[in-house]
Amino acid sequence: MKVLNYIRKRFFSSPIDAFLTLSIGYLIYLTIPPLINWTLIDATFSGNTKKDCVAGGACWVFVKMWFNRFLYGLYPNEEIWRINFAFSILIISIIVYRFLNPKFKKYLFIFLVLPFPILSLILFSGGLLGLPTVDTSEWGGLFLTLVISIFAIIFCFPIGVLLAMGRKSNLPVIKYFSIGFIEFWRGVPLITVLFMAGVMFPLLLPSGTNLDKLVRVIIAITLFEAAYMAEVIRGGLQAVGRGQYDASKAIGMGYWKSHIFIILPQALKLVIPGIANTFIALFKDTPLVFVVGLLEILGMVNLAKTNPYWLGMATEGYVFVAFVYWIFCFAMSRYSLSIEEKLKTTN
Amino acid sequence: MSFIQNKIDRIDKYLSDHPRVKFILPQALLLIFLFSIIGYFTFNASSNLAARGIDTGFSFLKNKASFDIQFSMIEFDSSMSYARAYLVGLLNTILVSAIGIVFATLLGFFFGILRLSKNPLASGLATVYIETLRNISLLLQIFFWYFTVLRLLPSADNSIILFDFVYANIKGIYIPRFVWTNLNYFIYGLIFTFVCVYIFNKYANNLREKTGKQLPKFLISLSLLFIIPFLIINIFNVELEFSYPKLDIQMGIANYIGGVSIIPELIALAFALSLYTSTFIAENVRAGILGIDKGQKEAAASIGLTNTQVLRLIVIPQALRIIIPPTTNQYLNLTKNSSLAAAIAYPDIVLVFAGTALMQTGRAIEIVTITMLTYLTLSISISIFMNWYNKKVALTER
Repeated sequence: MKVLNYIRKRFFSSPIDAFLTLSIGYLIYLTIPPLINWTLIDATFSGNTKKDCVAGGACWVFVKMWFNRFLYGLYPNEEIWRINFAFSILIISIIVYRFLNPKFKKYLFIFLVLPFPILSLILFSGGLLGLPTVDTSEWGGLFLTLVISIFAIIFCFPIGVLLAMGRKSNLPVIKYFSIGFIEFWRGVPLITVLFMAGVMFPLLLPSGTNLDKLVRVIIAITLFEAAYMAEVIRGGLQAVGRGQYDASKAIGMGYWKSHIFIILPQALKLVIPGIANTFIALFKDTPLVFVVGLLEILGMVNLAKTNPYWLGMATEGYVFVAFVYWIFCFAMSRYSLSIEEKLKTTN
Repeated sequence: MSFIQNKIDRIDKYLSDHPRVKFILPQALLLIFLFSIIGYFTFNASSNLAARGIDTGFSFLKNKASFDIQFSMIEFDSSMSYARAYLVGLLNTILVSAIGIVFATLLGFFFGILRLSKNPLASGLATVYIETLRNISLLLQIFFWYFTVLRLLPSADNSIILFDFVYANIKGIYIPRFVWTNLNYFIYGLIFTFVCVYIFNKYANNLREKTGKQLPKFLISLSLLFIIPFLIINIFNVELEFSYPKLDIQMGIANYIGGVSIIPELIALAFALSLYTSTFIAENVRAGILGIDKGQKEAAASIGLTNTQVLRLIVIPQALRIIIPPTTNQYLNLTKNSSLAAAIAYPDIVLVFAGTALMQTGRAIEIVTITMLTYLTLSISISIFMNWYNKKVALTER
């Protein structure tokens, strides 16, 4: 009786409610069983070719056979350990970071932000210490997605801080330059920025210089994201109380000292969730690099589905990529939410 | 660390001792930096272009485009100019953005309110919808609709037929075209009607404020909206006919001719854009409704307003105030995201102009600049319009 009462109250409290419950129930009945059939029950997991998929459901053999290509692009198979090595170090450091005492945390953080990216770039491209060179045109897949988004976010951070401070500056040239810069990049779509990187950058450099395509793309995305980053950080700067500015001035701190040691640490702590959201947006935008011919994970799927031996596998490929994107973005957004909650309680 | 602190201290001290330097130096440095970069780029660009024998300037816009565009709202063929092609692309961009904005708003409000429902099934559905679609790359969603879902449609000779006049097949969706006679009178009439309704509403409001007398505003407005167009249609002989799409088989290839054809690229793009953006709008709507104090509703109920009145007069106006600013941002994002059209070859401004026209003319600098400025103008006009609207609904504190 209690159960019945509960059901009546939660699902059938009014005619509209009852209608909603019934129609959603019908919708679930229509969609979920076929979906489970397709992805799991009728799906094929074992085999090596398209011919092994006879069950009528999803052909996960496609994803299995192309898995390395989706993750690493055209990176040579015998060199893949380099990527695995660098990303394992990254993951281990992030896990260790949580349990370290604050004194070492600082050093680990500096290591992760400055020397580590440079070292891993050297490792990826090779050419030193007897490692064979891997051209950036062979980089691809999820690996390229991560390289582009991580490097762009690292580079755009200092530019964003400077722009945010510039927008609040009382020097007119600096202020209006910052406003113009921020509003310009926020007003144009990323795809036109990438077009610019692809076809316009080479014209602006001295003839004969051949700037790598990947470098051009990272520069373009950095400039673009710096504008968004600046707006996020500006929000933090505005949230720091007026008293903090006055107090640091009163004890004789100048502009730079008060900003570096008093204002920015507080402001940046406030905007960690905003930075995480910027990173998520950037991560979701990386597939656009197809306009300059780089193939990240979605590009690799588009390449694989046109392979004559694997025609008609688009759905499986897209579902796989969607799953990867969803895992990354959902995890990051939950993480940023948890930080937000934590900040709420401490302040 | 203390070494760095010392350095910063010395810089700060120097700057505060020399206010003129503090004012002039950073600005002068920035200006010098900007001018040298611009000068460097201009020099390189001009020498590069001279070396390749490409001349500069916008005169190419008048040249013959000599390419065809698959879908356009105004007349276009390959003998027309690049400027005309630009206009076609721009109109297509505006078309898909407008469709996207309308549907994203409707879906966003629907799912935002559904997520607040007490019914766990309804709020669960809304949560799954929002959390799934917003965490998947938009380009992937466009590809999904275009390459997977729309490819399931049948071929032209056995299209799906809805209501006897909508035909859907793999080449697109075909609907009847409106053929008007004396359309211009009808449009003038409509404008006249709107003016009448506006004036009447002003008058009714004035009357209420002065005398307290309530006119049945809604009913009279509605009847005005019907009566005046009806009179105009009869007096000026306005007629509407439909030209239905017909199946035409030539050399074994079936195709529909006549009517309006909506290409699959447009459908896929509009679908993906509205679904993706609606998740963000839904979150704004939820935040807006949650942001209203419970006391407002209780106070409204206690002075005797009915449930619908509470919603219409108290909740919605206040919630809109919270919802509009972030939703404006989403409209801007949608417009900018419509540029992903290039990925599935919907002829928007990026594909037509920054793609085809650029390949043909090689004028990278001019074309990329025009494209970027176009988007800037679009963004700025949407934000000006929404700021104006926001000001209208904003709290007027007295």
